Amino acid sequence: MQSPVPLTVQKQHLWLSAERSVFWEEESALIVSDLHFGKTGHFRKSGIAVPQAVFKEDIQRLVSQIQYYRPKHLIVVGDFFHSKANKELDLFRKWRTDFTEIEIHLIKGNHDILENDWYDTCAIKLIEETMDLRGFTFIHDISCSTKINERSASYFFSGHIHPGIRISGAGRQTLCFPCFYFGEAYAVLPAFSRFTGIAIIEPKEDEQVFAIVKNRLVKL
Amino acid sequence: MFLACAATINTILLDLKHTIGYRIISDWFREKNHEAFQFQEETWQHILRHESGLVNAPTGCGKTFSVFLGALIVFINNNSDSYKSKSKNNLQLLWISPLRALAKDIGRAMEEVIREVGMKWKIGIRNGDTELKEREKQNRQMPEVLIITPESLHLLMARKNYADTFRTLKIIAVDEWHELLGSKRGVQVELAVSRIVGINVADTHSISSLSIWGISATIGNLEEAKKVLLAPLRREGIIVRALINKNIQIESIIPDEIENYPWAGHLGLRLINKVIPIIQKSRTTLIFINTRGMSETWYQLLLKNAPDLAGALALHHGSIDMDLRIWVEEALHAGKLKAVVATASLDLGVDFRPVETVIQVGSPKGVARFLQRAGRSGHQPGEVSKIYFLPTHSLELVEAAALKTAMEMNFIESRQPMMLCFDVLVQYLSTLAISDGFYPETTLQEIRSTHCYGDITDHEWQKILHFICEGGSALQQYDEFRKVEVINGLFKINSRRVAMRHRLHIGTIVSDSMMKVRMMTGGYVGVIEEYFISKLQAGDVFTLAGRKLEFVMIKDMTALVRKSQAKKSIIPSWQGGRMPLSANLGIMLRRKLNSAFTPHKKEIELEVLKPLFELQQNLSHVPSENELLIEQIETPDGFHLFAYPFEGRLVHEAMAAVLAYRISRIIPITFSFAMNDYGFELLSDQPIPLDDTNAYDLLSPQNLSMDIQRSVNSAEMAKRKFRDIAVIGGLIFQGYPGEYKKQRHLQSSASLLFNVFSEYEPDNLLLRQAYHEVMEQQMEEARLRNMLERVRDGKIIITFPQKLTPFCFPLKVDSMRENFSSEQLEDRIHKMQNQLGR
Repeated sequence: MQSPVPLTVQKQHLWLSAERSVFWEEESALIVSDLHFGKTGHFRKSGIAVPQAVFKEDIQRLVSQIQYYRPKHLIVVGDFFHSKANKELDLFRKWRTDFTEIEIHLIKGNHDILENDWYDTCAIKLIEETMDLRGFTFIHDISCSTKINERSASYFFSGHIHPGIRISGAGRQTLCFPCFYFGEAYAVLPAFSRFTGIAIIEPKEDEQVFAIVKNRLVKL
Repeated sequence: MFLACAATINTILLDLKHTIGYRIISDWFREKNHEAFQFQEETWQHILRHESGLVNAPTGCGKTFSVFLGALIVFINNNSDSYKSKSKNNLQLLWISPLRALAKDIGRAMEEVIREVGMKWKIGIRNGDTELKEREKQNRQMPEVLIITPESLHLLMARKNYADTFRTLKIIAVDEWHELLGSKRGVQVELAVSRIVGINVADTHSISSLSIWGISATIGNLEEAKKVLLAPLRREGIIVRALINKNIQIESIIPDEIENYPWAGHLGLRLINKVIPIIQKSRTTLIFINTRGMSETWYQLLLKNAPDLAGALALHHGSIDMDLRIWVEEALHAGKLKAVVATASLDLGVDFRPVETVIQVGSPKGVARFLQRAGRSGHQPGEVSKIYFLPTHSLELVEAAALKTAMEMNFIESRQPMMLCFDVLVQYLSTLAISDGFYPETTLQEIRSTHCYGDITDHEWQKILHFICEGGSALQQYDEFRKVEVINGLFKINSRRVAMRHRLHIGTIVSDSMMKVRMMTGGYVGVIEEYFISKLQAGDVFTLAGRKLEFVMIKDMTALVRKSQAKKSIIPSWQGGRMPLSANLGIMLRRKLNSAFTPHKKEIELEVLKPLFELQQNLSHVPSENELLIEQIETPDGFHLFAYPFEGRLVHEAMAAVLAYRISRIIPITFSFAMNDYGFELLSDQPIPLDDTNAYDLLSPQNLSMDIQRSVNSAEMAKRKFRDIAVIGGLIFQGYPGEYKKQRHLQSSASLLFNVFSEYEPDNLLLRQAYHEVMEQQMEEARLRNMLERVRDGKIIITFPQKLTPFCFPLKVDSMRENFSSEQLEDRIHKMQNQLGR
């Protein structure tokens, strides 16, 4: 595995990983977005036979990231869970009881429609709209934000759109990859789950984009 | 020999002619001042003997009556005293037709006979347009004849106790079988027939007494077509041929000036002034255009150049609202229209008698298609069908010459039946599981009786069952997969939601993600690709159904528009599959190039192209039949390699990928491809290391299959194929009205599923099928292999022209198209033409 790529934003030290996570050194926080846990189960319950191995690997990837960084906090920028409760989420709950130390903050995404009790039993701190922490603001869908403007000192972290980037090679070839986007005022994180599509973004020239090409991050 | 044949036919006919049914039907014919055709009587005779088979007859000469009247004769003979009074006989004749639009006309023709013979039979229609009330009426009392689409037939089998519907059935007729064969709808028909035969056999405990009759236009593999249809009956069957020869006359519209640097698209439009007199001269003219986008352009341009056609000119293509299309068809029937600009949407179906002239714009891509279109005019037997060929670039004139010869030789394409379509099978098994459930042993037996699944292995069958019952790979205790459940050996779907969703998705026609277009004031105009709409801004003006429309907004998955007076408008491009050149036409084309410099007197098309061929010969070479021409040219864009196998764009795409892959093994190199029906282009930023020392190796048929799979494109192509497969196999649900939002959490794209399966369940049957289809259909591996063998046994000619040649010019222009808007493109091309001409 490629070692994480360092990035400094507002004097904070971030580590970007091709496993689609960001580690925030100062706060000892692992930041992820759009995990969509339970999505394969939701499909399968309706008779659509998608392989459940995607979910298993998503969970394993999260675990290995936590074991690697040993963070105090896990910040999920929305869409932690895909839909209503199902048995797949039991696997998550079981996992949660093995990792009780880590504090989980969930900024509620449009897919997070579980009952509030459910988050309580999993010891997930539910945040309705935005969370501010040391100059960073976390929000699920950046387009819903009214606070973001040039005067705002805060740097925003968001998810929701599952950003991807199209790379055009020589001779009219194009390839698409999921990516991290770091603009001037806000960042958009890639969807953590592998069972998600991408929406192509078109960044400006001076904006930083890291494409996730297989197991590597490629800065564009 | 001939006499002997005639004699046997006569003795067979004797039998028929002594029956009361025959007498009554012949009397009816006589009253109409008609006489039955010989092929019709022959068919009746065979039906009388419970035979099965195929009727080979062109449209417009009574093919419907061959089978339908046969069914009547049988019924009258069996009920000679009471045939007039007997009603409520339940289903006697099942009429499977691929076209909804045809059903009404066929039904009307049948009803007329029933009425005039004085019988009590009812004719029912069942398809997507049939109202619920009518369907329920049929469920209570099945009519004697049911005209049905393959999809609705499967829906019928999704009902409880569906088997009862078929117990009285005597004859299954499959209309337009040549169209169905070679498509997944054909596979649906195969499956449905196997089930009905299965019901019949179980009832009678003996071999089936059913008759199955296909009705087909002429194709290259009629024998096989018959074999596929009758497979479940395990009978040889008979082919009845209507020996009605249509006299077809082809005339090319020759441009006044032949461009030595041809490029596709614009030439046709410049010939518009030659088209208008043809339209004015004949009663009704059909103008066939290959793409929906071009048909819109043609419609606009015709109106502009011949304003007096307003009101008498109509447009007909697959994205125009159904009601509008029906209106056009009816106006055609009534002779109210002077001309109709149409795409393949008017290829099939009933005949429009007022049509006197047909104009084909651009390559028809195949002999069969051209014949079918030509046959749209001059319907009375004995009349001459006249078809004009209008080239869209000068090289296409060679195709006209090739078509003429191919038609003289009756060199018509085959339709290859599809094999082992697991997606259709998954859908079918789910259909059986929501009605009465199925037992795998019986069902496997029936499925194996079809042509499509004759070779399914036990292992594949087990995997299919595993897929629909357990949903492939799962995390045991954390899984709640629910689709087909097994109760006492019976495979059944019990979840009502799953069943309902399945019912809404029965069918194998997968539409592109289309959006409806509706006027602000109400009324639908047609459909348009979501992709196209997504690029529009409010206020943009585009053309659809011949109207200029201003885009207002998207609401409830519908694009709202209003009329516009704007001068300029965007013509949408529909991404629908463009037909590739058929193998047969490719062969004829190569053969025609043999005589490029020595054309036959009658081949004016080749004659006028002489200057072009001479230029080609001076700069490079004109390949003869056993030669493959490769041109290597350097331009500011990079290093080009052009090759001309004349095998159609899809084979060229595969070929380009394989060649690129093989070259990239010599040195690290990146290519981009472009292709048309005549050849392909590889473009690189560095010289391409292909010369006469390695050309035969690089184009060898050896290791072809492996190299296809390794070449970059196969995954991309499989991904495209997977979309249809995933929809048919029930992995993707296309939204349906009202339920759109609720289903949101179940939506995923085909490319996402493709990636997920590729990574986590690579041996998934539907995924494997996508690759299989790419190899078989898209790449046409067999055709590609034939081509490479031909190259191996023939000669490769490599030239290094100093500038672009007439052959490569259209390819070069096509590959520029992506980067330039049409106006810029036109300017650039003129500039190029001028430079090259110097």
